[in-house]
Amino acid sequence: MATETHGAAALDAAHGGADMASVAAESAGMPQLDPAVFPNLIFWLIVALIALYLILSRVALPRIAGILSERHGTIANDLAAAEDLKAKAAEADAAYNQALADARAEAQKIAADTRAEIQADLDEAIAQADAEISERAAQSEKAIAEIRASAVESVREVATATAAELVAALGASADDAVIAKAVEDRMKG
Amino acid sequence: MATDAHTEGSGLSFHPMDQFIVKPIFGGDEFSWYTPTNATLWMAIGILAVVALLVLPTARRALVPTRGQSIAELAYVFVHKMIEDVTGKDGLKYFPYIMTLFMFIVISNFLGLIPMAFTPTSHVAVTGVLALAVFLTVTVLGFVLNGTKFLGLFWVASAPLALRPILAIIELISYFVRPITHSVRLGGNMMAGHAVIKVFAGFAQVAAVSPIAIAGVVAIYGLEVMVAFIQAYVFTILTCVYLKDALHPSH
Repeated sequence: MATETHGAAALDAAHGGADMASVAAESAGMPQLDPAVFPNLIFWLIVALIALYLILSRVALPRIAGILSERHGTIANDLAAAEDLKAKAAEADAAYNQALADARAEAQKIAADTRAEIQADLDEAIAQADAEISERAAQSEKAIAEIRASAVESVREVATATAAELVAALGASADDAVIAKAVEDRMKG
Repeated sequence: MATDAHTEGSGLSFHPMDQFIVKPIFGGDEFSWYTPTNATLWMAIGILAVVALLVLPTARRALVPTRGQSIAELAYVFVHKMIEDVTGKDGLKYFPYIMTLFMFIVISNFLGLIPMAFTPTSHVAVTGVLALAVFLTVTVLGFVLNGTKFLGLFWVASAPLALRPILAIIELISYFVRPITHSVRLGGNMMAGHAVIKVFAGFAQVAAVSPIAIAGVVAIYGLEVMVAFIQAYVFTILTCVYLKDALHPSH
């Protein structure tokens, strides 16, 4: 770069300082303050800015805005779908729990019903058995009473007969009625 | 500066400002306002770089972005959010305009860091036009959108009445100084950094100090990479701040 400038300076010298602007720039020390370059810089700057503005506003920015809004939309949609699915899952869970509770209640009901039925059957059977038992008992009692009555009768008969025999054996005679009465009295005790 | 350097020593020669000389690219010394110069070349390269950065990687419009597309989206969102944060939603109308300024400055600054490159933004003529464009746009926009209410910008209603005329003068001066500070801040930063690198590079000619000089070049270069972005950012955010004044002139 330095050699270039030296070359340019030499050229200027050769031209006899024809290009005053360049010389002025070098003597001023700051090329930025050389007014000769201003129109050129400003012209090309404006061209560059307009070109850049057109590129950005026509192509780049709408495109990027489109991409960003599309992504935003997609993410929002996906989130909504996820929320939807989550709600559905919760619903399914609730339905499952409900079904489970229903089944459990049904099972309990069936068990209770069955138990009640069995209990009723059992009660009936017990009642029947009780009735049968008491009937049997009554019959037995009656039979026992009959047996006891017949036994007493037999004893009396035997006692009467024995008494009559005894009386006869002792050589006395007695009336049957008297003997029966005596036996009757004795048995009464 | 350059002349001082020329006279300094016989063997040692500094030309830190030569990098800023505008010269025709097709040879010759004389040029008029339309001659393609190295400035033209580097502005064109800048535009191509913007196309390569923002247009080409987004061609596929991928839902899941590629690396290039991510960078393009990042640049877009960066400026978009800056405008929205500073000026509010109604400033977004001027997004392409501000994006153009930002991309032009940031690309020029970074391309200028390439050795032997020319930095358009190191010229106050360039930054001056950029700043004046902002200043004029904002001023015209302020009057078109708000009418005479725009003058309320200079009349600080929240200050005590006695202070207001004085504040109005200060506000008025600061308003008209804006294009100067706006342009000189950017141009000066770019010029100074590049010149300092060249001065350090010049010292590298002396064998004794060349390691220090080269380390200095590396360090300043790192700093300049930062400055290249920060100055573009500062220019853009100040543009947003000025735009906010035009949109909402009340303090």
